[in-house]
Amino acid sequence: MIDTRTRMAKITEHLRREWQIYIMLAPTIIWFIIFLYKPMIGLQIAFKDYSIFRGIADSPWVGLEHFQTLFGNDQFLRAVKNTIAISALSLCFGFPMPIILALMFNEITHHVFKRTAQTIVYLPHFVSTVIIAGIVITAFSPSAGIVNTLLSWFGFDPIYFLIKPEWFRPIFIGSGIWQEAGFSSIVFLAAIAGVSPSLYESAVVDGASRWQMMWKITLPSILPTIIIMLIIRIGNLLEVSFELIILLYQPSTYETGDVINTLIYRQGLQGAQYDMAAAAGLFNAVVAFVLVMTANTISKRYSRTSLW
Amino acid sequence: MANMNLYSRGDKIFVRINMVLIALFTLSTLYPFIYIAAVSFSDGSAASAGNVVYKPIGLTLAAYEYVLSEPLFWSSYRNTFIYTFGGTLVSMLIIIPGAYALSRQQLYGRRFWNLMVAFTMWFNAGLIPFFLNMRDLGLMDSYFGLIIAFACNAFNIILLRNFFEAIPSSFEEAARMDGANEFQVLWKVYVPLSKPAIATIILFCMVARWNGYFWAMVLLKDEQKIPLQVYLQQVIVELSDDEEFGQSLVESVYSFETVTAAIMICSIIPVLIFYPFIQKYFNKGILLGGVKE
Repeated sequence: MIDTRTRMAKITEHLRREWQIYIMLAPTIIWFIIFLYKPMIGLQIAFKDYSIFRGIADSPWVGLEHFQTLFGNDQFLRAVKNTIAISALSLCFGFPMPIILALMFNEITHHVFKRTAQTIVYLPHFVSTVIIAGIVITAFSPSAGIVNTLLSWFGFDPIYFLIKPEWFRPIFIGSGIWQEAGFSSIVFLAAIAGVSPSLYESAVVDGASRWQMMWKITLPSILPTIIIMLIIRIGNLLEVSFELIILLYQPSTYETGDVINTLIYRQGLQGAQYDMAAAAGLFNAVVAFVLVMTANTISKRYSRTSLW
Repeated sequence: MANMNLYSRGDKIFVRINMVLIALFTLSTLYPFIYIAAVSFSDGSAASAGNVVYKPIGLTLAAYEYVLSEPLFWSSYRNTFIYTFGGTLVSMLIIIPGAYALSRQQLYGRRFWNLMVAFTMWFNAGLIPFFLNMRDLGLMDSYFGLIIAFACNAFNIILLRNFFEAIPSSFEEAARMDGANEFQVLWKVYVPLSKPAIATIILFCMVARWNGYFWAMVLLKDEQKIPLQVYLQQVIVELSDDEEFGQSLVESVYSFETVTAAIMICSIIPVLIFYPFIQKYFNKGILLGGVKE
């Protein structure tokens, strides 16, 4: 009794002295509760037969019914497959690009040239998804697009790229590389800037060429950063930029382009099948959570043992 | 001596080839912008026939005249400014004090609050529960709803909190002696010392707002409230379905391609104007700090 009372007194005293930081904290916490934690409670509709009229709380439970339906559904399985395929492909082709760019930028001695080039390659990062989609749609248009104009110069027939399933992934991944490769190189350039100059000095004394120094000094020095970035990317494997896919895909390219989040968008937000879509979203979120946590653990262990 | 010469010649070739490759990559990054600009200034029929390569064919401002005469273009442009500046202001009002409070040692339950923020980076309820929540809150179809719902995120708070934590407490001692309260310490000591970090976060917020389209498209039904990106998306979807567009005029001076290109250019211009100012913050290494939790 006395214990709780002294404790209460202590807390009251603490609040009287430090109330201001709680006022500062309040908007953040309230915002997180309303906009991020309250929806987590709403996730229960994944296990319910949700009806708008009854609301989330009063809709009847149906257990795992939605998940059973999903795993028997070809569209959902295709979306899972596409998500992994698109992600893995953009990892293979997209991940090395910023590293190569950073290594190449590092070898440029001409200052103005380097500055100008960097300014330009960072730019697409700041351009909106809708504009990226607009550029792609214009450039790959069968009659008006520059790509088909170029093909016609070499005597090829025009290809309607955006309705061909086999072209969806190359176009999507290519536009992703175009947009992000430059900006992502900043992280590796920062790592290169941290390499001790004495390593290069002694290599010069030994008569090493720039090519050799790049392979034998720069690349090994930034290897920890590369591995950490790789682990982070693998952790975010399910995070495909579906906002661009929504703008680029068509029913004829669903076969290769429909991912989990675009399926959720169509079924849930356009088709109002909220409970089923929420179940697909929950599956996505749980797998993503496991991946991210695994990646975090590995990254922490790796950075501790290898850096120190 | 001969050896030295050999190496330096090899180096020279290496540097040259490297420069050429970088120049090619830079040009291919730039080319789509040049292409879109050229299309936007071209004659509609030339653009539709695929004649535009890098410079305007049949130079005309017809597409811009068409776009600039659309009331919806202007209202959506105005709305984008409202969402960008209003949204960034609200974000800062929440994030700066919040990050400061989370960085304070004396905060009760500090670990818990920090974990509560960080957890949302790893687990997210997803599109549907977020959407239903917005509907239940009555925040659909409103300026306020779109601004407040995306005002905050774990990444920006953690970024700024880490920056505040790295500032030695000796900086605030003088202010404390003068009897400054927490708000004054934050405003007069921490905010001025954290200018690069705050600038970076302002940059992130503004870019996200300027470019954001998905939730604006989903949440806004009233076309008087839509931002520029949603307007552009609607034009792309609607005009590409509209067979008669462009054919309604026999000698069509503008076409689907030139009109969408003109809207894209209009939407990129403010980014290009701000770009030089924000660019100096890229290399501060803050971006790297944010990557690792």
